[in-house]
Amino acid sequence: MSIRIAVGKGSCGIAAGAGKLSEALAPLLEGTGITLGTVGCIGMCWLEPIVDIYENGLLKARLVQVQPEQAPMIAEAVRTGDFSVIEPLRITKEDSAFLTQQTRIALRNCGIIDPDSIGSALEAGGYQAIGKILSKENGMSPEDVIECIKVSGLAGRGGAGFPTWFKWNAARQSPGDEKYLICNADEGDPGAFMDRAVIESDPHTLIEGMLIGAYAIGAKEAIVYVRAEYPLAIKRLEHAIAEARDAGYIGQNILGSGFSCEFRIKAGAGAFVCGEETALIESLQGQRGMPRLKPPFPAAAGYWYKPSNINNVETYANVAWIINNGGEAFAAMGTEDSKGTKVFALTGKIRRGGLVEIPMGMTLRQVIFDIGGGIRDGGTFKAVQMGGPSGGCIPASLLDTVIDYKKLAATGAIMGSGGMVVMDDSTCMVGMAKFFLDFTAKESCGKCVHCRIGTKRLQEILTRIVEGKGKEGDIELLEELCNAVRDGALCGLGQTAPNPVLSTLRYFRDEFEAHINEKRCPAHTCTDLLHYHIDAEKCRGCTACARKCPVYAISGVVKGPHEIDQNSCIRCGQCMATCKFGAVSVD
Amino acid sequence: MQCQCAANRSDLSLLEPVLAEYADVKGSLITILQHAQEIYGYLPTDVIYHIAEKTGSTPARVLGVATFYTQFRFQPVGKYLIMLCDGTACHVNGSSRIAAAVREYLHVENGGTTEDGLFSFSIVACLGCCSLSPVMMINEDTYGSLTPAKVLEILKEIRAKEAAK
Repeated sequence: MSIRIAVGKGSCGIAAGAGKLSEALAPLLEGTGITLGTVGCIGMCWLEPIVDIYENGLLKARLVQVQPEQAPMIAEAVRTGDFSVIEPLRITKEDSAFLTQQTRIALRNCGIIDPDSIGSALEAGGYQAIGKILSKENGMSPEDVIECIKVSGLAGRGGAGFPTWFKWNAARQSPGDEKYLICNADEGDPGAFMDRAVIESDPHTLIEGMLIGAYAIGAKEAIVYVRAEYPLAIKRLEHAIAEARDAGYIGQNILGSGFSCEFRIKAGAGAFVCGEETALIESLQGQRGMPRLKPPFPAAAGYWYKPSNINNVETYANVAWIINNGGEAFAAMGTEDSKGTKVFALTGKIRRGGLVEIPMGMTLRQVIFDIGGGIRDGGTFKAVQMGGPSGGCIPASLLDTVIDYKKLAATGAIMGSGGMVVMDDSTCMVGMAKFFLDFTAKESCGKCVHCRIGTKRLQEILTRIVEGKGKEGDIELLEELCNAVRDGALCGLGQTAPNPVLSTLRYFRDEFEAHINEKRCPAHTCTDLLHYHIDAEKCRGCTACARKCPVYAISGVVKGPHEIDQNSCIRCGQCMATCKFGAVSVD
Repeated sequence: MQCQCAANRSDLSLLEPVLAEYADVKGSLITILQHAQEIYGYLPTDVIYHIAEKTGSTPARVLGVATFYTQFRFQPVGKYLIMLCDGTACHVNGSSRIAAAVREYLHVENGGTTEDGLFSFSIVACLGCCSLSPVMMINEDTYGSLTPAKVLEILKEIRAKEAAK
């Protein structure tokens, strides 16, 4: 009987202590015949560190939130076969349901295979699709591949949702021998991390998808543009490329077919706008990442003005599965407009946060409440933010919206790259709009006046509203400016930058009005609009708050009711946190 | 503009292997700058001039590219670089309270370095560890599920470790 212990070591697992856990386990297993391995991220981030115990390749136990101190207990249990001591660590049925309700295609191997071993990827069916395409007897022509992707209905998973086959076909049709295939792994959307997870957990699936794309468009060079903030992803991808090259899947005359493709990685340097394909190309060429005017589209004139195709990581991660299972199998999932599955990064005030891959057509409620377990810490659902700085907030009344490119766009949000940040009633929606405009104003490349100055002005107006200095007419001014920025910007960043403001205005206009007219923040988060009070009846005069107040704004005699001087109060909230009698309130 | 004071000059020979590999490869400017920052910890002015000269470019163009990207720094950083995530998930889960705790304890603003040169503090865009929010990285290590108290504990531990040296 072969026993293998696998520790989940994606970035989140490591941050939660998986590295130390692995180090603690290693010496305990020496000489026992039990192997200790690494896997990537299974997507159940709230349960990290996770340890899987396999017997003869079958999952025998999944242990969660394991601490390094528990290593001896685990080693002992595995050695003796008596699992009773580790039962308390075993994942609950409720938490397991997080995975069983999903349909995993892009994430099919994540958290299961060893990302640093091509053998592990091959065992899981890796490189079968490219083998099938390049086989001499019944291989597929580039046109066959494009047709298969067309049948599947696969659309760009980076946000725009453009049909993948169309881009591939356009690049294939473009004249010229020198063509490039590029992967956009510059996952800059705050709140989305599925691309990082795929590269860290299953880099060979990305490589295979890119190889198929390169074959389809006729590219001899493939480039992965990865965020520099993802050092582990870069390290694992470098290793995977080297292994794939040694195994003959990368380089000259792949599998003896005559098809050749070289791979390289380019580390980004931190600029959100580089998620826009033409800005990414500029950055690849060593320039400032400023978008180009389209047309010409990259399919005609991209990297070094040669025909190029750009897709994001998740899009490529679906490709090999589609070739293996047929376009029809992929198209059988989803809605009329949106086919297949989509990965979402479920975060924020959610009980079970992590990576969720579901067929298109599920409702937001199913994802957030059935899979994600609803709101944590007893809060009430208020909104879910989708699409990051280009998207919008969807309120509780629209929770039954079906996940589909068109249906989501109709709410004012977008599918985006799949960030799903859940908010409860403690989140101020005006503050959220300001948060995103702070972001886009900073990330605007400055090429277009409307975006460069418009986002700045939007940010200023929102800032004065949250500071209690909002004026009558500010809401109308915001709307006017939003329309101007959307219409006047060249690229996706500018065109969508107003979305967070427009969607919060659409569904949470009352919050804007409360801030402007009543100088009140309903969520009690905008510091400048808070007023702390001491209830004279509840106050025992213990003086604890007065001693804690950093600006001596609280006065009163011992055993007598205390009072806060509103003029000197800096609204730090320490009095409220200190009071043992619940006498301090905020409004 | 170039500092003529010998003591402040960077050792440009350290950059030679990088320039030998990339100076003539078109489109490699960002890669060269990344290596330069790894070597010097930041991008000193004389290094920027040197790169411009060796790549047949101008200092203005090199600096124009470098200032476009958030990764590049133009001042030396402390031994420990604190990168506090302010992505959406961290923001919703209270990263501003963490920022306040760091500022108060280290007396350093966003983008600044402590007087003893031990810590630099930088608020950054999403680090991609949203499930552990709020999150920060100190050099290569990631710390998740932060609270103001936990941050102070981490920083105090580093201070104590350094003081013991």
